Amino acid sequence: MILSQLPALQVTLPLIAAPLCLLVRSGRAAWGIALFASAASFAVAVLLLSRVLDQGTLSYEFGGWAAPWGIEYRVDIVNVFVLFVVTAITTVVLFFANDSVRKEVDASRQSLFYTVWLLCLTGLVGLVMTGDAFNLFVFLEISSLSSYVLIAFGKDRRALTASYQYLVMGTIGATFVLIGVGLLYMMTGTLNMADLADRLPAVMATRTVRAALAFLVVGISLKLALFPLHLWLPNAYAFAPSAVTAFLAATATKVAFYVLLRFLFTVFGVTFAFEAMPLGIILAVLGAAAILSTSVVAIFQDDIKRMLAYSSVAQIGYMVLGLSMASVAGLTASILHLFNHALMKGGLFLALGCMAYRLGSVRLGGLAGVGYRMPWTMGAFLVGGLSLIGIPLTAGFLSKWYLVQAALGQGWWPVLVVVIVGSLLAVVYVWRVVEMAYLRRPIDSDASAVREAPLSLLLPTWFLIGANLYFGIDTRLSVGIAGKAAAVLMGQSQ
Amino acid sequence: MNVFGLYNYWIVIFLMMTGFYVVISSGNLVKKIVGLSLFQASVFILYISLGKITGGTVPILREGITLYSNPLPHVLILTAIVVGVSTTALGLALVVRIKEAYDTVEEDEIHQQDESL
Repeated sequence: MILSQLPALQVTLPLIAAPLCLLVRSGRAAWGIALFASAASFAVAVLLLSRVLDQGTLSYEFGGWAAPWGIEYRVDIVNVFVLFVVTAITTVVLFFANDSVRKEVDASRQSLFYTVWLLCLTGLVGLVMTGDAFNLFVFLEISSLSSYVLIAFGKDRRALTASYQYLVMGTIGATFVLIGVGLLYMMTGTLNMADLADRLPAVMATRTVRAALAFLVVGISLKLALFPLHLWLPNAYAFAPSAVTAFLAATATKVAFYVLLRFLFTVFGVTFAFEAMPLGIILAVLGAAAILSTSVVAIFQDDIKRMLAYSSVAQIGYMVLGLSMASVAGLTASILHLFNHALMKGGLFLALGCMAYRLGSVRLGGLAGVGYRMPWTMGAFLVGGLSLIGIPLTAGFLSKWYLVQAALGQGWWPVLVVVIVGSLLAVVYVWRVVEMAYLRRPIDSDASAVREAPLSLLLPTWFLIGANLYFGIDTRLSVGIAGKAAAVLMGQSQ
Repeated sequence: MNVFGLYNYWIVIFLMMTGFYVVISSGNLVKKIVGLSLFQASVFILYISLGKITGGTVPILREGITLYSNPLPHVLILTAIVVGVSTTALGLALVVRIKEAYDTVEEDEIHQQDESL
């Protein structure tokens, strides 16, 4: 009985828990509620995953209204995988958040912090689940508005301007999505995605549908931080509280990428988006430009959080590059990288959170000799960095390997060059941190007070870093599901 | 088809570009929010006007009337108006906090203060 209500529970659990956090007023109790709600939605996601693997696509009609009229939640192998990633990451990061947030956010504001966190989770989860284009816009704005607030919780006053800048760009992006959905509704009279996919081919050749595609792609790319629309991201990630950075870096852009996949492959279809429209080459060029340019910019950053933020833009480039191939192999690489990148950036930003907890800031100059003072933290950063570069036996290697294979499979050899150069640039920026942490002696003597981060921070960090190693070796779950999801998106049966 | 036949879309485009221009060109954070609201409002009009059907009447069931305008876009846009209001409120709240922290709402003065750190 309850199993058939799982899709509704997935969204309503964090939504109902959010005001509870506000009511309790105590930071610690609010944290408990948030953690419980996240863990419960993770359990729901796991149940959904096993059901989808058994039975195929699930459909849930809200309020019992039949599909094209009511709002339908449609769970297939693609979005259940993204759900799994999002809910797993938020649960792990919340374990970390307890101590980290107590240090970085005023005690009086902590219950508000967790309220907004849960609202953001609601938005992200809803965005992934919904099968209705307008509902998608509403969830997009729920997750966006709450992430602006989460970023503004940062201690530095520049967090406020970063949040403001993100608000302006994010709202323009979301409004573009709204225009795109409106144009589609104008031509088809429906908002249900499956129904849209059925009705669009008849009106494909009109300028309105082409404009809708353009508005949707640009709007989603703003949320995705696809080069050159990524300008909001480095500041937002650099000045947000550590836990927020880890949470948003590992989930928000991934969900936006999923939305792009859903619109291009399910709603518009491969033939329209990649054959009738030159989207493949545009996205391929932007993806490659993202990898090369932002990796170079990352090398010159002084603030390590900002450096990893630029590296995130580069990693989004890899995902978009895989998408632009519009083949099963390319999509497998993209979806695999979505999963792996969530693990590595989540782990790396948590390691930075450990350093910020002890050192107060994560500027490169302040990290001299930190490898000896905080061996476990720096060890986690090192392993995460190796995964980011793509060393064999780490998760990062697998996604790059699949991407290169997919590219060579259709003769896109320049992609090979881009991936190799991008990885070499990653070696440079990870090395700058490693060199500072292990090969330099600390400058000031009072830094000897710096100790290893507490276990409550180290355990979640190492959990994600360990997952990088585990999924670098055991590929059954990640590669298996990514392959199935890619086949579903390309319209082949499971 | 007459270029001005669908004049409602011209109004939408004019409002949209005005709002967008204010967002880009203005250095004052409050004015940017005004521009953003205008930009969103233009999309509301796009939705509302596309619900109108030539010769259609208000969507209230009455005898002898067969052609109704489409009420759905109006309902959708009620939701979008709520979203727009919250965005404006949040944006203005951020501006208040920025004013407290920097003592200015001019973008270039904020940049100057950040660079002098």
